[in-house]
Formats: sequence, structure tokens, C-alpha cells
Amino acid sequence: MSTDNSNVLEVEGLGVSFDGFKAVDDFSFYLARNHVHVIIGPNGAGKTTVLDLICGKTQATSGSVKFKGRELRGQREYKIVRAGIGRKFQNPSIYENLTVFENLEISHPTGRGVFGCLMFRRTREIMEQCRSVAAQIGLTEKLDTEAGILSHGQKQWLEIGMLLMQEPEVIMLDEPVAGMSVRERTETAALLRRISKDRSVIVIEHDMEFVREIADRVTVMHLGKILAEGSMDKVSADPKVIEVYIGH
Amino acid sequence: MSSIVRTLFKSRTEAIAFILFGILILVVLPLALPVFRLNLIGKYLTFGFVAVGLVLLWGRCGVLSLGQGVFFGLGGYCMAMFLKLEASDPVTTAIQSTPGIPDFMDWNQLTELPWFWEPFKSLPFSIFAVFVIPGLVAFLIGWAMFRRRVGGVYFAIITQAMALILSLGIDGNQGYTGGRNGITDLRTLWGWDIRSESAQQILYFLCCVLLLGVALGAKYIINTRLGRVLVAIRDREERVRFSGYDVAMIRTAVFAFAAMLSGLGGALFVLQVGFMSPSIIGIVPSIEMVIFTAVGGRLSVLGAIIGCLIVNLGKTTFSEAYPDLWLYLMGGTFIAVVMFFPNGLAGLTDKFPAARNWLAPRLEKLRAKSGLNIPSLNKTNVIPDEH
Repeated sequence: MSTDNSNVLEVEGLGVSFDGFKAVDDFSFYLARNHVHVIIGPNGAGKTTVLDLICGKTQATSGSVKFKGRELRGQREYKIVRAGIGRKFQNPSIYENLTVFENLEISHPTGRGVFGCLMFRRTREIMEQCRSVAAQIGLTEKLDTEAGILSHGQKQWLEIGMLLMQEPEVIMLDEPVAGMSVRERTETAALLRRISKDRSVIVIEHDMEFVREIADRVTVMHLGKILAEGSMDKVSADPKVIEVYIGH
Repeated sequence: MSSIVRTLFKSRTEAIAFILFGILILVVLPLALPVFRLNLIGKYLTFGFVAVGLVLLWGRCGVLSLGQGVFFGLGGYCMAMFLKLEASDPVTTAIQSTPGIPDFMDWNQLTELPWFWEPFKSLPFSIFAVFVIPGLVAFLIGWAMFRRRVGGVYFAIITQAMALILSLGIDGNQGYTGGRNGITDLRTLWGWDIRSESAQQILYFLCCVLLLGVALGAKYIINTRLGRVLVAIRDREERVRFSGYDVAMIRTAVFAFAAMLSGLGGALFVLQVGFMSPSIIGIVPSIEMVIFTAVGGRLSVLGAIIGCLIVNLGKTTFSEAYPDLWLYLMGGTFIAVVMFFPNGLAGLTDKFPAARNWLAPRLEKLRAKSGLNIPSLNKTNVIPDEH
């Protein structure tokens, strides 16, 4: 179980049970640097729970989560975020009453303590970072728009942008293209390819075409366990996978 | 300088409203009212400190505390203990079986000052305690609650229980606390007679200046990143947590800050009213403090302070005339505010433009039809309301 430098996140034997029901069981998974790793699986397979376990939202009952060799299991959520793991939720989770710019600014990592917040000043650097992130997510024109009136797709991008502001090394996205139009999906795929150039991304997704487009590696989950892992071509040819998931 | 002003006030209307309010309490009321009435206003304004804390805690951060009376009381008792010890010098209390201790202790057969009273012989310590004891109690309770993600109704119930525990605890330990009667017969502060008219006036102005300062401080906080994060926590707690903020710590800090403000209010209450008793800090007063804030507007610092003034004036006026009906009226007001004006009186000012837009063309039409000289609303001559 040595720390391999090519893996930024090493999850081993992770498990959690709710009242005896094992939602995730003996889940092991290695996230390579600058890879897009997609987790697929039927509803209830435990995909979202895996993200919850990694980011500390749910406490694991067994196993370990090592980020660059450092154990994260049992840490509080905000510490895991500060270590460098960002999480996007399934439904767009943004601040509707703030503008796009303010949404990005509030996600900037300086001054996250009580006094840090009081002393926080909007510097030129922070403003520039907000603008450059807005450009990446295609919302430059919308910087002064109240986030609540953005389209569904734009909200999803904004939340991804809020993660980028934290400059995390790992980004976890839960169904980022659910409810998006075909064009928005294509743009999201391009966005993910761009942001994975210098960070690793874990994506949960149902849309097979989208997965094929973005995935470097795919893990298939079923009933809390790993069913198959490998390239998209390999797993989609796996008879077990076809039986439980793709064939349906 | 101008950047500080811009941080404090989002609009000119807000700044004007604030200045008008300052003139009202610092100039108009002292000129218009006799000292007795002014002293009553001063008493109402001490609840304003609690209200400002509630604007930050409840309005901005979404944490409803039904126990702010506890902190008001702790601050008040700290001040009252000092004043009581000063009033209980051995000469004045020579007829007691143990001279030199507060009278209620003597009545309860205590023969020496309890240890926790000792430090309150010092004024600097007492002033320090007015802030630190409420702040510390709130910090510990807040930390224990918010770490475990206790919030919403559960937090409100726990704070309410806290108010009950404190008032019963004081009530039941007469020898140490003065019991139900409270700590009464307070006279001087470092030899300065606080009961005289001139002292009452000076204390009123002190209270006003401190309250305006606290209000500015709260407005400053609201307009910094902390203020935005508070609202973000209220609306999207999970997102804030996963942006790397320690939500529990921020909530705890705001709770402790609100408690310190309440403590200051309590101390000023004691100085102006001259006594402190458990009836001022229990469940009902704690809920009343929330009602003041709700009526005035829980999002607006100035609104909440004005809410304190209006509801308390109403309480004094109506409870003198119809003591039985007052509680129903107050309850009814609270329900009406929650149902129809969730942002309180201050929230009504947001509706001004809409009301004007609705009214102006109708007035024009009426004027054209009737030929009467009805003032036009089209020119912006609406006086900005307090916000």
C-alpha cells in the first residue's frame, strides 16, 4: 500500500453501513493525476455516497482515504476542502441572491476564518482570478448578473467555477450534465477536458455518450461494490456490466 | 474615509435614515421629553443592543435564539453586583448582623461575601465581565450545539430552556443572587449618584452613543465578507461548508458576539433602571426581544432598534390602559408581522417605490377629473423612511 506518486487520491477498503445496510462496501479506487475518472452505475449503487465519504459529509465505518499520502478519513469537511478537494452537488448549489462575481469571490480561499472574513479586501488579484475563472466557465458576460436568474446549465458551470476558485487538486462532480441541453453537454465536456489539464476530476454520470467523451477511466458500481474498472471500451464490453446496467 | 462610509451604508437613503435616527434620539427626544420619559426611552434602547445582535444572528445568519435574555441578564447582573457592593459599605449597612455585605445576603443568614462576588468589587473587572461572561457562556453553548449541527427549532428550544434555567436558578438562590426580588436599591457608581436627574440624562446619552456605535459596527460587519458569508450560511449552509469555511465556528462567533452586545445592553439597563431581577431575563422577555426585532425588521439594524422603541412604547401605553389585552395584542402583532411583513417595518420601505408607482397615475387621473389641487407624486418627494 505504498503511496504511488502518480495517484493523487487513494481510496482503500472504504465502507459505510446505515443500520446494517451496506451502502458502500470494500470500495477501492485510485485517482491518477490529471485524469478524469467517471463512476457509473445504476440508481442506488452508492455513487453519491462514495463522494460523501471522500469529502467527509458522511463518516466511513471502514477503510481509508489518502490524499497525497495524507489520511483524510475522520477530518471535518472544511479541512478536507482546504486540503484541496472540491465537491459539486447534484443540484446546482449557488448563492441565488449574489451576483456571479460575488459567488466566485466568496469561494476564494483567502480569509475563510471569522477574522479573515472581517479583514477581507477585494484585491486586484482576486478580481482578476474571478474574471479568469468566469472566462473559463463562459460567464464573462454575466459577471454582474444575479446568479438566481441564470439558466440551469449556467448555474452548473458557476458552481464548477466556484470550485475552481479554490484551486483544488481534486474536483468531484455529481451528475454535472443532468438536465442540460445537448449543446450545453458538449460545452461541459470541453470544460472538463480543459480543467483536467492540471487537476484530477471525479465525475458521477449516467449519460453514456458524455462519459465516453470525457472519461480517462471508468469505475462501474453495483450494490455498493465495484463491478468493473478500466477504460470505457473495456468496461462497456464487460458482460457483468452489460447485464446489470448497460443492457437494461 | 469615503470608502468606510460606503462600506457602512449601501445607499444614501440608508445614511440619511441613520443620521435622522441619531438626531431623533440625541436631540429631539431629550428636548421634548421630561427626564422620567427620557429614562424610559433609554430603557427601551437597551433592548436595542439585543436587537442588533439578533439582526446578525437571526436575520443574517438564520439562527433563532429564544434565550437572548440570558445574556442581557448576565451582563445586567455583572453590573448590578458591582453597584450593590458599592451600595453595601459597612457604614450604610451597620444595622445588619453582618455589615458590609448586600442586604439580601444578611436576610438569608449569610455571614460572608460568597467567593464569586469578590471580583465584582472592582469596576474594571465588572465592565470586563459584562462582555466576557455572556460572550463566554454563548461561545461554549454555541460551540457544543453548532459542532453537533444542532440548529433551527432545536436550537431555539435549547436556548429557551437556558433562559428558564437561569431565571429559576437566580430565583431559587436568594442568598447568593437576591432571588425573585432581584438586586435592588442600587445607588452610586464610584461615588457618582446614578439616581439623580443629571446622571440619568448622562446615562441616557451614553446609552444612545454606544447603541449608535454598535449599530454602525453591525452595519460594517454586514457589509464585509463576513456579512455575505453569514447570509450564505443561512441560505446554503452545505455549499459554504464545502467552500472551506468552518460553519460551526462562524455561527459560534456570531452567537458570542450577539451575546456580548446583549450583555452591554443589560449593563446599561441596570444603570438606567436601577435594579435587575430574574423577571427581566426569563422566557417571556427573551421572546419579547425576538418580537421587537421581528416587528422592526430582522434584516435591518436600524429597523430592529426602531422596533424595540415602537413595541415598548406600545407596551407601556397599552398595558397602562388595558393590562389584560396587551399580551394578546403583542402576540397578534407578532403573528401579523410574520405572516404579512416577514421583513418587518424596515421591509415596508422596500415596497415604497411599488406603492408610488401604483398611486401616482391614479392621483393624476383623479386630479384631471376633479380639477382639485392634489399634490403630485411624480416628483420624488417621498421622505426616505428609516431603514
